Amino acid sequence: MESSISSKPIDKTRVTDHDADTPVSIHDMTVAYHRKPVLWDIDYAAPEGRLIGIIGPNGAGKSTLIKACLDLVPKASGSVCFYGQPYKKQRHLVGYVPQRESIDWDFPASALDVVTMGRYGHLPWCVPPGRKHKEIAMRALSQVGMADYAKRQINKLSGGQQQRVFLARALAQDAQIYFMDEPFAGVDAATEAAIVALLNELKAKGKTVLVVHHDLQTVPAYFDDVVLLNMRVVACGPTSKIFTEENLQKTYGGRLTLLVEAAEAVARGGQR
Amino acid sequence: MNEWNWAGDGTVMLVGLLSACACALPGNYLVLRKMSLMGDAISHAVLPGLAVAFLVSHSREAVPMFIGAVAAGGLTALLTQAVHRFGKVEEGAAMGVIFSILFAAGLILIRQATDHVDLDPGCVLYGNIENIALVARIGETPAAVINLAIVFVLNVLFVALFYKELKICAFDPALATTLGINANVMHYALMIIVAVTTVASFEAVGSILVIAMLIVPPVTAHLLTDRLWVMIPLSLLIAAATAVLGRVLVVFGPVWAGVEVSANTAALMAVLAGLFLFVALFFAPEHGLISRSYHRLALSLQIIREDILGLLYRWQELDVRRTRPAHRDDVLTAVGNTLISRWALRSLLRRRQVQIEPPTKPGDEPQFRLSEKGLSAASRLVRAHRLWEAYLEKHFNLPLDHLHMPAERVEHYITPQMRDDLEADLVEPSRDPHGREIPEEDRP
Repeated sequence: MESSISSKPIDKTRVTDHDADTPVSIHDMTVAYHRKPVLWDIDYAAPEGRLIGIIGPNGAGKSTLIKACLDLVPKASGSVCFYGQPYKKQRHLVGYVPQRESIDWDFPASALDVVTMGRYGHLPWCVPPGRKHKEIAMRALSQVGMADYAKRQINKLSGGQQQRVFLARALAQDAQIYFMDEPFAGVDAATEAAIVALLNELKAKGKTVLVVHHDLQTVPAYFDDVVLLNMRVVACGPTSKIFTEENLQKTYGGRLTLLVEAAEAVARGGQR
Repeated sequence: MNEWNWAGDGTVMLVGLLSACACALPGNYLVLRKMSLMGDAISHAVLPGLAVAFLVSHSREAVPMFIGAVAAGGLTALLTQAVHRFGKVEEGAAMGVIFSILFAAGLILIRQATDHVDLDPGCVLYGNIENIALVARIGETPAAVINLAIVFVLNVLFVALFYKELKICAFDPALATTLGINANVMHYALMIIVAVTTVASFEAVGSILVIAMLIVPPVTAHLLTDRLWVMIPLSLLIAAATAVLGRVLVVFGPVWAGVEVSANTAALMAVLAGLFLFVALFFAPEHGLISRSYHRLALSLQIIREDILGLLYRWQELDVRRTRPAHRDDVLTAVGNTLISRWALRSLLRRRQVQIEPPTKPGDEPQFRLSEKGLSAASRLVRAHRLWEAYLEKHFNLPLDHLHMPAERVEHYITPQMRDDLEADLVEPSRDPHGREIPEEDRP
C-alpha cells in the first residue's frame, strides 16, 4: 500500500484528518450487514482529476463501498469526507450512477425525464424543473449520443442505451466527483466506447471518477488509478504500479480466509 | 326509487367520486413502486387505529379517527419493514403477516367499541354509501362528503407539490436519497396519505373495496400511457367514471334491465373498475392484447411476404439456366401453405410486387413472377441474406451448412444502414460463401 494512504497515526478521538483538497477521503471505515462485516477498516484517499477503477472479486464489497460513501448503507464505524466536508454538506458535488438492474425500466418515463432527474438535486423541494434544467438534461443526452431518443419510453431502449441514459443523468448532475457502479456491465461495444470517451471527457474537466469495474483486461487501458478491494483495500494507487500480478493474486486468490472467518464469527456472535 | 334524486343520488355519486379520486392519486405511486399490497395492508391495518380512537374519544368525530389512522398507517409501514428486515421474510409476506394480525386486532377492538359508540362492523368492511343517500335526502350534508373533500384536496396538493420528489423516489430511491430527497421520508409520507385516504373512504366503500379504488384505476391508466403526467390524470378520469356510472347504474340499471333489484353502489364501482381494466387489457393502444397480437400477426405476415419474394428471386435467378415456372402451389408449399401464407401471397399481388403471367404451355397453370417493384424489394432482402452469410463466414468461421438458417432469420430485420455497414466490413463483397452473387444495393 505504497501510495495515497495517509501515514499519520490514527487519532484516538476520531477527529477526522480529512484533507480539504482530497475529493474523497475514507477514514477507517467498516461496514456490516446484519453484524457481518463486509468491509474492514477501509482507508483511502482518491487523488483529484483521475479515473479510478474499483476492482475486486464478487462479494468483495465494491458496491457497498460506494453505497457507504453515499450514506446509502450505514457505516459501522469510520467516516468519509468529500473535499474535507461530510457528505451531507457536499451532496451537490457528488454524482452517482447506480447499477442498471436496480431500476424498474417499465416506469412511465422518457429518456429525457430520467436525465432531468439528475437536476433534482439543484432544485429546492416542491419546485419542478424549468426549461433551463430541461436544456441541461438535453445537452447531457446529446453528449452520450442519445439526443434522438429523448422522447423514447425507457423500456424501449436497449441495455446499452439505458446505460447511456444513466450516464447522461450523472452528467446532468454536474458534479465534481462521480461514483459509477458497473457502468460497463452488459453493454455493447459502441456503448462501451461511448462510456470510455465520456470518462476521459470528465477527466479532462478535472472531475474525479470512481468506477466499479469487472473486466480485468481493460483496467490498464481505462483507469489511471486502481483500488484493489477484497473486504479491505488490498492495494491502491496508480494502475501502472499497483495493477500487478502479485497484487491481483492477493486480491482474488489471496489468503483472506482469516478475514472471512472473523466476519462470520462476528455475525454468529449475535446469536450466541 | 328508480328516479334520479339530486340531493340523494347526487350526493352518493359525489361521495363515490371523491373517494375514488382521492384513492387513485396515491394509488398511482403504490402501483409504480410495486407496493399495491401495501394499500391493502394499510386499509386493513387502520382498523385497530380507528377502534382505539373510538374507544378513547367515545365519538366518531373526524379528528380522532384520522389521528388513529395516521398512527396505524405509520405503524403498519414500520412493522412491515421490521418483519421484512429482521424476520428475513420477503416484503409481501411481511405485509400479509402484519395486516392480518392488525386487522384481527381491529375486529376484536371494534366489538368492544360498539358497546360505547354506534358502530356497525359491517359498515367498516363494506361501507355504507346507501345510508349517505338517506342522510342527504333529509337535507343534511353528510360528514363523509366534507371529510372526503378535505382528503381529496389534501391528496391533490400532496401529489402536485411533491410531484418531482414522489417521482424520483418511486423510480430510483437510491439516487433520490443521494440527491438529498430522502426516499424513506417520502415512503412514510405516502403511507400516511394512504392511511388517511382509506379512513376517509371507509364510510363510502368500506375497507375491503377501498383496495380496488386505490389500485385498479392507476393500473388501467398505466396500460394506456407511458407518461407519468398523463397516467395520473387518466387514473382520476377512470376513477371518476366508475363513480358516476356506478351510481347511475344503481338507480337506472334495474329500470333498464326491467328487474326489481337493488345493488350496492360501492360494489358496482369496484366491478366497473375491474371491467375498465379488462377493456384496457384487450384494447390498450400499445400494451393491449389485441394490439400486441395485431403487431405479431403483421410481423409474421411481413416475414412470409419477404420469404415469398426471396423464393421467387432465387427461382428466377436459377431460371437463367433452366426453365421452371413457379405455380401457385409451388410457392405456397415452399412457405408452409398456411392460411397466413395464402394471405401473404394475395397481399403481394395487391401490392403489385408479384404478378401473374400466362402459362408458358397451353393447358398449364399461370405462373407467378416478381414485378419490377417486387424485384427491387427482393434484391434488398437477398442482399441482406447473403451479406449476413458472408459476414458470419468471415468472422465466425462457420461451416457452409451453418450459414443459411441464421441468415434466414436475421434477413428480415437488417436495415439499409446495417447493409452498408456489412458491405464496408466485407470490403466489396460480390459473392456469398456459397458462390452466389450478392445483388447490388438497390437504392430507391
